[in-house]
Amino acid sequence: MATLLEARGVTKRFGGLTALNAVDFELEEGRIASIIGPNGAGKTTFFNVFTGLYVPEEGSVTFRATSLLGLRPDQITALGVCRTFQNIRLFKNMTAVENALVGMHSRVDSSFWGALSRNPHWKREEGALWTRAAELLDIVGLRGRANELARNLPYGDQRRLEIGRALASKPALLLLDEPTAGMTQGEARSLMALLRRLVGDLGLTILLIEHNMRVVMEVSDHVTVLDYGEKIAEGRAAEVQKNPRVIEAYLGRRKWTPRAEAGGA
Amino acid sequence: MIKALLDRTVPATILVASLLCVTAWGVAHFPRSIVVFMLFQGSIFLLYFARMPRWLKIGMTVAALGVLMPVLGTINAYYMEIAIQVGIFVALALGLNIVVGLAGLLDLGYVAFFAVGAYSWAIFGSPQANLIFGGSAFPLSPWWFFVFLFVGVGVAAGAGILLGLPVLRLHGDYLALVTLGFGEVIRVLANNLDKPINFTNGPKGITPIGRPPIFFAPLLQAVGITPDPNVIYPLYLYALVLLIVGATVLVNRRLEDSHIGRAWEAIREDQTAAQAMGVPLVRMKLLAFACGASFAGAVGVLFSAKQIFINPESFTFMESIGVLAMIILGGMGSIPGAILGATVVTVLNLQVLKGLSLWVNELRNAGTVIFGYSLANLPTQLEPAKYERMVFGLILVLMMIFRPQGILPARRRTRELTEPADS
Repeated sequence: MATLLEARGVTKRFGGLTALNAVDFELEEGRIASIIGPNGAGKTTFFNVFTGLYVPEEGSVTFRATSLLGLRPDQITALGVCRTFQNIRLFKNMTAVENALVGMHSRVDSSFWGALSRNPHWKREEGALWTRAAELLDIVGLRGRANELARNLPYGDQRRLEIGRALASKPALLLLDEPTAGMTQGEARSLMALLRRLVGDLGLTILLIEHNMRVVMEVSDHVTVLDYGEKIAEGRAAEVQKNPRVIEAYLGRRKWTPRAEAGGA
Repeated sequence: MIKALLDRTVPATILVASLLCVTAWGVAHFPRSIVVFMLFQGSIFLLYFARMPRWLKIGMTVAALGVLMPVLGTINAYYMEIAIQVGIFVALALGLNIVVGLAGLLDLGYVAFFAVGAYSWAIFGSPQANLIFGGSAFPLSPWWFFVFLFVGVGVAAGAGILLGLPVLRLHGDYLALVTLGFGEVIRVLANNLDKPINFTNGPKGITPIGRPPIFFAPLLQAVGITPDPNVIYPLYLYALVLLIVGATVLVNRRLEDSHIGRAWEAIREDQTAAQAMGVPLVRMKLLAFACGASFAGAVGVLFSAKQIFINPESFTFMESIGVLAMIILGGMGSIPGAILGATVVTVLNLQVLKGLSLWVNELRNAGTVIFGYSLANLPTQLEPAKYERMVFGLILVLMMIFRPQGILPARRRTRELTEPADS
């Protein structure tokens, strides 16, 4: 399979703090991959580098052989990379369907003058946009709440709507930042079923940041572990789980004491 | 009770139509009564709330504003003046509504664009331009007024982009401060650009500014009316204001209900998320500044033609705040709100407070005695018109406490979604 997203030696510093240190990363098309790691490991920073919110000091990021460095977030979205946010960032005072419609902005062909004159092309396109928005809400199961304000939706639905909004830009790669955070086990499971459907039916590639290990192990083909800005392990979920460095990063190193030694003897 | 009536088509139509007729008749018979005139204005607004077919609503609005108002305006010329001023401020409020209400870019120097439009016609529509270019080619013929309506749009939109470019990285309070500064810069420029080359004639202002041509004069004569400029011009300017307001409402509505308006609202809600969803921030923000400014430009050209004389005094910071207060009062991002807010504030300034002042003065002069206190001794400082800003501030404070979303907050459009094929 072809490589969709590739990062080579990405380093991002904030003053004296190195949030990402020479990280290499590769993602193949049609996969669900996860990035895990303790808090502050640099996972979200990595996402922000992919989506143009941060520009790394060193390294390269390419998507389908196009460099993403120096591109604005909206240009990257137009190329086919779209994301959700860790702390939900919906357009709160707009309805669910309007949120989805904004997501389509980069795919709108009509100009300012088209909207002003309401020419036939604009009318046709606007109709198509609304139809597609309805389909998207259907996919994420929010059809019945299309006209509700985003801020009035229950938490789980807000997470789903954010995914729907990201899907609206017709991405090839979907970046989800902790999509199941705060969800019950049941909600998380149905979200995972949705993600698998997206990969299967729409041919998407999905990259997750996730803390919920059950979700990670169940759904991902490939897991990358970050700790203090460095990649400490990667591979199949089951392999990564047994990796001693990963266990150490999550649980800490067992402290060596003479008494422990003595006890062992 | 009234709400129940307004919710059904037939009673609503009858109620509003009869109210319009009665109040119009009232104004015709008591041309000096402010209360009656305000009742008439109120019944025009009632149209908005009444449930009736779209064509009927538009038809009645056109009849009320296009026929009844001018007729009443010929009975009391001051009402025409009020209607024109209301129109000017409605157009300004609608323009600012795009920038502040939709795109969420707090602009405290909006009146600068109004000034740019006004000065563009003032300079070329008066002998002023001769001082710049020499010769005596100016003032331009009145016909150029119509060209300058569009020049005003262009120049103001350009000024909007000029302001927009340096402030793109700012938002919130910082943006508000820079726009405030921009508004002052334009006013100070107008005040001081009388040397080395006399562009604006400084604080003395520019006069006489040309008015639009009465191109329909032969038509009027054919029907047997000799056009008297004193009667024709207010009606004529009123018609032009109505046209501009109509155009601004149309543009506002169309943009609001398209991908452009949705992108603006997304920027207002969360600009980082908006950009991540593919909204080009720079372009959309500049577009918002340019669109908002262009309305002010057009209406500025009209304002200078109406006033014949303009000077920097007309474009102070208080004017910017006034327009902002109108849309806060009416409801941010809401077109009917902006219209209502502009009307209420203008009528409050021009009619209610001035009317109260006149009334107090009359009582004072008549030496009326209330509770043993002769009003003749009332200090002259006690004059409602002098408390304009205070009343204004009070209204805003009360609004913020009791109805922060404005009188007519923006209603979310709801739309039935078309069924997908499979369900």
